[in-house]
Amino acid sequence: MTAGQITAIQPVQDAPDQAGVAPFGPKPRHVSPGRIGIYVFLVVAALFFLIPVYIMIVTSLKGMPEIRLGHLFSLPAEPTFQPWADAWLHACTGRDCNGLSPGFYNSLKITVPSVIISIICASINGYALTFWPYKGANLLFGLLVFGAFVPYQVVIYPLIIGLSSVGLFATLPGIIIVHTIFGMPILTLLFRNFYAALPVELFKAARVDGAGFWRIFFSIMLPMSVPITVVAVILQVTGIWNDFLFGIVFAGRSNWPMTVQLNNIVNTTTGVREYNVNMAATILTAAVPLIIYFVSGRWFVRGIAAGAVKG
Amino acid sequence: MQRSWRQRFHLPAVIGTIPMILVAVGVFVIGIGFSVLWSFTSSKLFPTYDFVGLAQYRRLWADSRWLVSVNNIWFFGLMSISCNMVFGYLLAVFMDQRIRQEDLFRSIFLYPFAMSLIVTGLVWQWVLDPNLGLQAAMRNLGWSSFSFAPLVDANTAIYALVVAGIWQGSGVTMAILLAGLRGVDEEIWKAARVDGIPTWRTHLSIVAPMMKGAFATAFVLQCVGVVRVYDLVIAMTGGGPGIATSMPAVYVIQLITVRQNVGQGMAAATMMLLPVLVVLGFSGLVLWRRNRRQGARV
Repeated sequence: MTAGQITAIQPVQDAPDQAGVAPFGPKPRHVSPGRIGIYVFLVVAALFFLIPVYIMIVTSLKGMPEIRLGHLFSLPAEPTFQPWADAWLHACTGRDCNGLSPGFYNSLKITVPSVIISIICASINGYALTFWPYKGANLLFGLLVFGAFVPYQVVIYPLIIGLSSVGLFATLPGIIIVHTIFGMPILTLLFRNFYAALPVELFKAARVDGAGFWRIFFSIMLPMSVPITVVAVILQVTGIWNDFLFGIVFAGRSNWPMTVQLNNIVNTTTGVREYNVNMAATILTAAVPLIIYFVSGRWFVRGIAAGAVKG
Repeated sequence: MQRSWRQRFHLPAVIGTIPMILVAVGVFVIGIGFSVLWSFTSSKLFPTYDFVGLAQYRRLWADSRWLVSVNNIWFFGLMSISCNMVFGYLLAVFMDQRIRQEDLFRSIFLYPFAMSLIVTGLVWQWVLDPNLGLQAAMRNLGWSSFSFAPLVDANTAIYALVVAGIWQGSGVTMAILLAGLRGVDEEIWKAARVDGIPTWRTHLSIVAPMMKGAFATAFVLQCVGVVRVYDLVIAMTGGGPGIATSMPAVYVIQLITVRQNVGQGMAAATMMLLPVLVVLGFSGLVLWRRNRRQGARV
């Protein structure tokens, strides 16, 4: 409620005096068949996107006897949170029945350091490429951009051999290194484009004042990089949390992230399939990126688009 | 003399970018080089260096599982990219009609993209499960002859993957294309209206060509996604029924881990790299020529 808003409202309050002369209130909307068609299309499309998740939520709150009745769309008659507790604590993968929680902590242990390290590396890369291009730096950058398009399958096996030769295959540092490697192309591109749009005078003035590579980076560039860092964090947290392939190959059994545990719980169960527990587990796995998505709003889209700008 | 050397290789800059040097050269040059090298050897579980020429490639192209995978990736790629583009464009156009609750619709269309492909795959596995999902629900409602179980039929399982791909990816296309639409000058619309051009015609002939950049961005994003589709297949079908939904990405990982046939796996990986190299080389050539022509004009 700022002063500006109040003055903006003022004319409307005065309007009844001259109601006969000037129209007031919002312009009445024309409800034409065309506009109805637009909304019908959008609502049907929205249903296509929403129904699967509606089914998941509803089913995860039902008991198994109720699920067997086959009323897929009906609300739970006796809502129960037992499947959610089971998914978190007791769901089985093979012989271990510890639920998803170990996977959650593993994902946390993988994601946090990977995000921090990859962003530090990429911001230095972008800064060096923009302001301190040494001979061959642009060739390196070209190779990196090429790496953004390479199918992962081409580099996975050499990485397995390389990491195991230094004893890091199937370890926590190993998977962190892998995420840093595969995050680097997009993030470097992101930071380079951001720094290239900054005025060069900023850099030159600092150079004249005698600041060096690291001094300029820490005192000038880093404080200015907040917006692009937010985009990078969103991109990396969702990307790494959602990763499955690297997790299953490089993390090792004791560090398997949540996505791998989820797939094991759901797709390798023998005997009775507990759909309610499985769906609760799925929602739990999706929760972290979904929260980030809904909190960050348009930044999320900006991150996706920024990653592909120079494609 | 020393000064110019220091200018060309400013030491802190080189030190700061050591990780980049290691990744660019170590992973994307040497790593890929080794992958290609091993594709010419008879490596099994561990890499060896007894070269067998093109034998692995010959065996690869005689393997029905690989042929099915290649067919599948083309089919899946063409179907999911074209559907995503059309559906995403339609959504963007409809979203651009000054509708109410735009933010709500945008959130709904885009949220699947925030989730893991594993989650997407599992969700659709259940929706299409004959004993649990849509088929069971419809039969329960009294339509007892209703039959809809694409995942258990080898001929239709790939369509189910396409549907899941659209569910996950069309929102992003919508968001990118909507940004492109909003970037088109309002005056163009007015001019077209004055000239009496029907709206759909303006969209197709005037506005769409102006959004080349947005289309290219969306297209590239989708292509990269399609080549890397692994999680979706694993979570939804596991490559089955039988080998009906196997894809190159799945095939390579299986050869490396389960079937322990690294030589042939690397041959398959090299085949995956080939189209990427061709496309990148071609677009690089186009860019280079355009730059040179612009340089000549200046």
